[in-house]
Amino acid sequence: MPDAMKINTPLSDSVIRTLKTGENVLISGVVYTARDSAHKRIIETLERGDDLPVNLAGQIIYYAGPSPAKPGRVIGSVGPTTACRMDSFTPVLLEIGLKGMIGKGNRSDDVRRALQEFTAVYFGAIGGAAALMARCVKKAEIAAYEDLGPEAIRRLEVIEFPAVVVNDCYGGDLYEQGRSAYKRV
Amino acid sequence: MRTIETSAISAAVSRLCMDANFYLGEDVLSRLRDCAEKEASPNGRDVLDKIIQNAEIAANDRVPMCQDTGFTVVFAELGQEIHVAGGDFYEAIQEGVRKGYREGYLRPSIVRDPIDRKNTGDNTPAVIHVDIVPGDKLTLTVTPKGGGSENMSEIKMMVPAAGTAGIREFVVGCVQRAGANPCPPVIVGVGIGGTFEKCALIAKKALLRKTGMRHPDPFYAKLEEDLLEDINRLGIGPVGFGGRCTALDVRIEVHPCHIASLPVAVNMQCHAARHKSLTI
Repeated sequence: MPDAMKINTPLSDSVIRTLKTGENVLISGVVYTARDSAHKRIIETLERGDDLPVNLAGQIIYYAGPSPAKPGRVIGSVGPTTACRMDSFTPVLLEIGLKGMIGKGNRSDDVRRALQEFTAVYFGAIGGAAALMARCVKKAEIAAYEDLGPEAIRRLEVIEFPAVVVNDCYGGDLYEQGRSAYKRV
Repeated sequence: MRTIETSAISAAVSRLCMDANFYLGEDVLSRLRDCAEKEASPNGRDVLDKIIQNAEIAANDRVPMCQDTGFTVVFAELGQEIHVAGGDFYEAIQEGVRKGYREGYLRPSIVRDPIDRKNTGDNTPAVIHVDIVPGDKLTLTVTPKGGGSENMSEIKMMVPAAGTAGIREFVVGCVQRAGANPCPPVIVGVGIGGTFEKCALIAKKALLRKTGMRHPDPFYAKLEEDLLEDINRLGIGPVGFGGRCTALDVRIEVHPCHIASLPVAVNMQCHAARHKSLTI
């Protein structure tokens, strides 16, 4: 693999500021899975003024809904889902201290601005390399919203989970950079 | 006249659901290896290597290659000499999906209603397309269709005057708008002609073809090659990180259409191009 920087969660602002668009990373530590339905519930909870079931300040969310674990395994296949579906929910979460997200696909201008404003980072994981990603997960447990099945919030302990910095806290965008570099007219 | 029991249909569907999710087709793998060798972008090359590695793990361990084990789409070619016994034909297929998704530890990804969005828990209902064909065999094709790529599909009722140039602009534009979302490298199924719904259906049927097989009509075969070339010039690359390999293949299916219409549909497929068939 191209040279990768090893980083541990929780991510400090000083570490986030060293991460530049296009950088390969290997993430170790805790990440929380959450996607469409969980985000909707989280925002509704915040709007009511209630406490969240999971404290997201300082954490990383992995946009993923795993397939069921075979007996004896920690987790099923667990690749990223398309991040832009969570765009409308994201600036609020960054404001309350979320520090990173792992997903696939580009983010909105609002999200990219919020990453700069609140010093956070968006990582891209390889869409479809879900069996490979599962090997990086050492522990998995439901943290909230068990009734959502695959869409529950799960607390994962990962070791050297491969990802790439797509949007850093400076406004960079790997999808734009990549396309410009390889586009042939 | 030949009798087929619904239990045999369920068993076949169950097996196909699992096989499709565990074993990526050799034609797709072969094209991925080819693209990995030719990919100019180091990140792109690394992504393709990992996708290939992932397929090997999935096959070895009998686990899904992607966590999105898809909306189960079933194509049934039912010989008109067949008598189906033991129950309802469609329900037999649904039961096969239930069983396959349970025993294969595949993900339930269907909600009962688009607004209330409560998961059905067993990946049913499947979407079933039946064609009655000559003979006394039943051929079942199960193709799990992931939401990410499906969401990037588009259909447009073009004016006939738009012609081939209009079709090219629409298809390439669709891939461009999709960007990284459908997990490139993609396979692009294109339907041209038919009615609104027929156009979309033939675009999906186009995805069942083997990678690299061209349309039998030389005009459309050339259009497939030209579109592949145009798309790979976009620079989107493997999972959108930039590179030469944005699409593995483009396949066109064509149908007669109305004198006033030129319907064009793009059914986007990700690199986990999953489909398995069985004849009983």
